[in-house]
Formats: sequence, structure tokens, C-alpha cells
Amino acid sequence: MRTIDASQIIDTVARMCIDSNRYLPTDVRDSFARSAAREESPAAREVFRQLTENYELAEQTGLPLCQDTGLAVFFVDVGEDLRVAGMNIREAINEGVRKGYAEGYLRKSACDPLTRANTKDNTPAVIHFDIVPGDKLKIAFMAKGGGSENMSRVTMLAPAQGWPGIRKFVLERVAEAGPNPCPPTIVGIGIGGTFDYAPILAKKALLRKLDDVNPDPKLAAMETELLEALNKLGIGPMGLGGKTTCLGVKIAMSPCHIASLPLAVNIQCHSSRHREVEL
Amino acid sequence: MAEHALQTPLNDADILKLRAGDVVRLTGTIYTARDAAHKRLCDLLDKGEPLPFDLQGSVIYYVGPSPAPPGSPIGAAGPTTSYRMDTYAPRLHSLGCKASVGKGKRSDAVKQALKDHTAVYFGATGGAGALLSKCITAAKVIAFDELGPEAIRELTVVDFPLLVINDSHGGELYVQPDRKAAGLE
Repeated sequence: MRTIDASQIIDTVARMCIDSNRYLPTDVRDSFARSAAREESPAAREVFRQLTENYELAEQTGLPLCQDTGLAVFFVDVGEDLRVAGMNIREAINEGVRKGYAEGYLRKSACDPLTRANTKDNTPAVIHFDIVPGDKLKIAFMAKGGGSENMSRVTMLAPAQGWPGIRKFVLERVAEAGPNPCPPTIVGIGIGGTFDYAPILAKKALLRKLDDVNPDPKLAAMETELLEALNKLGIGPMGLGGKTTCLGVKIAMSPCHIASLPLAVNIQCHSSRHREVEL
Repeated sequence: MAEHALQTPLNDADILKLRAGDVVRLTGTIYTARDAAHKRLCDLLDKGEPLPFDLQGSVIYYVGPSPAPPGSPIGAAGPTTSYRMDTYAPRLHSLGCKASVGKGKRSDAVKQALKDHTAVYFGATGGAGALLSKCITAAKVIAFDELGPEAIRELTVVDFPLLVINDSHGGELYVQPDRKAAGLE
């Protein structure tokens, strides 16, 4: 049994919150450059120019990339031979969020759903735990903005609707969202599981790198087909028209009930802020 | 598509010359308000009480900035999605507010209010919060401090980069999705 101190988790999480909001991942930067080169419209190119200047400025000044520094979402793999000393893991992660959002001058966006009273420290974080073999702790963090989250949907399709039904729902969702979720977006799709599990699959899919290829050839083909169709919508960067409505489509799938075809579409804005650390 | 340099407060002549797609560099004083602040403003109006700022010729920026780090007037300050303020916007336009700044689609009621009250809806680039904050030279909370990021702030802006999304003549910049090309029809 390996033991790590809770303080190590707190400091690591705080650093992840700050760095994610300050440094845009390389794969996202690269996709801006590739997409800008393809755009013919001056308005679309201007959006990419501003977004590029924005990530350069955030890196230089330490200001967050976006004022919406997100709700803190975590996927945590806890090794079954690992023990955390000093504090419960969930509490340590929340303490790290408190520290990171305070020290990084990040916006505290968590509030009571009905009174709308701000919790003032961006907690509680949304944490998905998994128990895995080994003695390591793998923490993936995502700063999830509200604008794109609001455009996300879950639906329970009839099994007969199959892939055509899935394809149609995703296209309709992105078309309807239009300029609202800060396109170009990344579309995370969860197929299968249950009503609650499909959106977790969709969210976890958003942690993948934009330029990776789904190891399942069938899902990889579906991702390519959907991305191509989505970009034909022509919504473009910030809804001003253009060839880049989406930067990527990431699909995760899991078996479901014989009666069901759960589908979740989790939309991520272009400011795709996430990172992973193993302790 | 024309480019304009405008100074607040805005008047009808300023608004009437703007067309969807025009680029505007805005200088002067603007006020921040998003979801909770809009509700409070309309509650004050219901009670017949004075508002924390003069609506005449005003520009309202839909933003909840991140905290100001030492040495800066404000943190990142890009636009939030505007449709959530659609319920309140027509009333504020009818009382003299000349423009809102946000991102995303507006309701038909808001578009009609822009025509009825000679007002305009500007878009700023969503997710460019660090870049846009460089055009803000001063910021102070003037109301509802307890709302934190949602408090109303008076901002001084210089050459704030905006696009006219919906003008006062019924024009709109946002494109309709090409459903046919995407295989939806």
C-alpha cells in the first residue's frame, strides 16, 4: 500500500486549475492555425486572429483565457493500492479548487440553483471517481464553461433510430445552438449506458486530444463523418459564417438496455481547458 | 461593411448609421450586467426606485469578469451568452438603453425592441476575455457588490472592438445554418 499526503493533492489540483485557465492546450492552438488557414471569410479569419492573440496574451499576463473559468469537473482514477493521508480525497480536491481559484484570480461561478447565491469558492467540484488497479492517482481536470454546457442535451432515442437518428440529433443540436456556445466547438458524444451514464461518457470524451484518432475504427469513422457534416452547417467561428463550426467530434460508447438508445451531446467551446496529472 | 469610432453615451444618430456587420470601436463608459443584475434592475423598476446608472444613451455589457489581479483594473472580461437577458432587454431599451454587448442569438422580441427604440446589439468575441480586458482602463462596482462576478460595474473602455450583430433597421449578421448542405433536409 502506497501512501501520499493530501497536501500533495491540494497543491496539484490548485496548480491544474490555474494552469488550465491560463495555457490553452497545444492541440487546440494547432487546430486554430489549421482552421484559420482553410477559412476564406475575413470575419472567420479575424476571429481566429483574436483567439490566437488571446491565448498568447493569457500566457504572457497570467490573465485567464476566458472570464468564465468554469465549474471544476474532475475524472479521478484511484489506484486500489493507494492511501491518502490527512484528508478524504474528495475534500482534498475541493480544497485544491478553493486554493487554485483564489490564488489564480479565477472567477467563482458556482451558485445555489434556486437562490443563485454564489458559494464564493467555486466548490463543490463535480468529481467522477473510478477505482483502478495499481497505486497511482490519476487526476483529469476540466474547467467547464456555462455557455457551452447550456447548449448540451441528453435524449433517449428509440433503438430503431440507430446511427441515422444519432447523426440527426447531433446535427440539429449544433444547428440550433448556432453562435451561442462560442463556436468553433468540440462535440463530445456519449452513446449508450443509461440516462445518467451517457453524458458522463460524452464529457469524458472531451478530455481526448483534438488530433487523436479513436482506437475503435468504427467510432473513428463516425467521428470523421459527423465532423464533416457539422462543418457543412456553415455556422463558422462565433456564428459569423465559415468552414469551421466544430474543431472536433469525440465519441464514447457503452452497452445499453435492449429497450434504450441513450444519447448525450456535450458541447465544449473553443476554449477547451483541461489537463491530466498522475501522482 | 463600415468601421465606426463611437463615444458613449450613444444617441439615435449614432445608432441609425450602424448596419449589421459594421465594426465599431467603442470608447467611454459602459455598464456590466448579467443574469442576476438584470433581475435586480427590473425589480427596482417595478418598485419605482432609481437605477444605479442612467439608462439614457447607455451601453450594457453582458459580462461577469474574473477578479482583477494586482495592478490590473479587471480580470478577463469577454461576453456571456445574451439570450438569457432577452426577458429584460426590451424594457431597458424602452427606457433609453441604446446598446447591449454579448454573444449569441437574440429573441424576436429583442430584435423588435431594437427597431422600436433605435438601439443596437453588438457582439464581442466570446472566449477572448484576456484580449478584451486590455481595452478596459478602469472598473468599479457601483451596485449589488454581494453578487460577486454578477455585480454591476462601471467600466471605462477605449477602442473596445465590437461587431454590429442586430441593427435598428432589422438587419442581422448571424448566418442561418445550412441544414441542406449538412444533410438535414
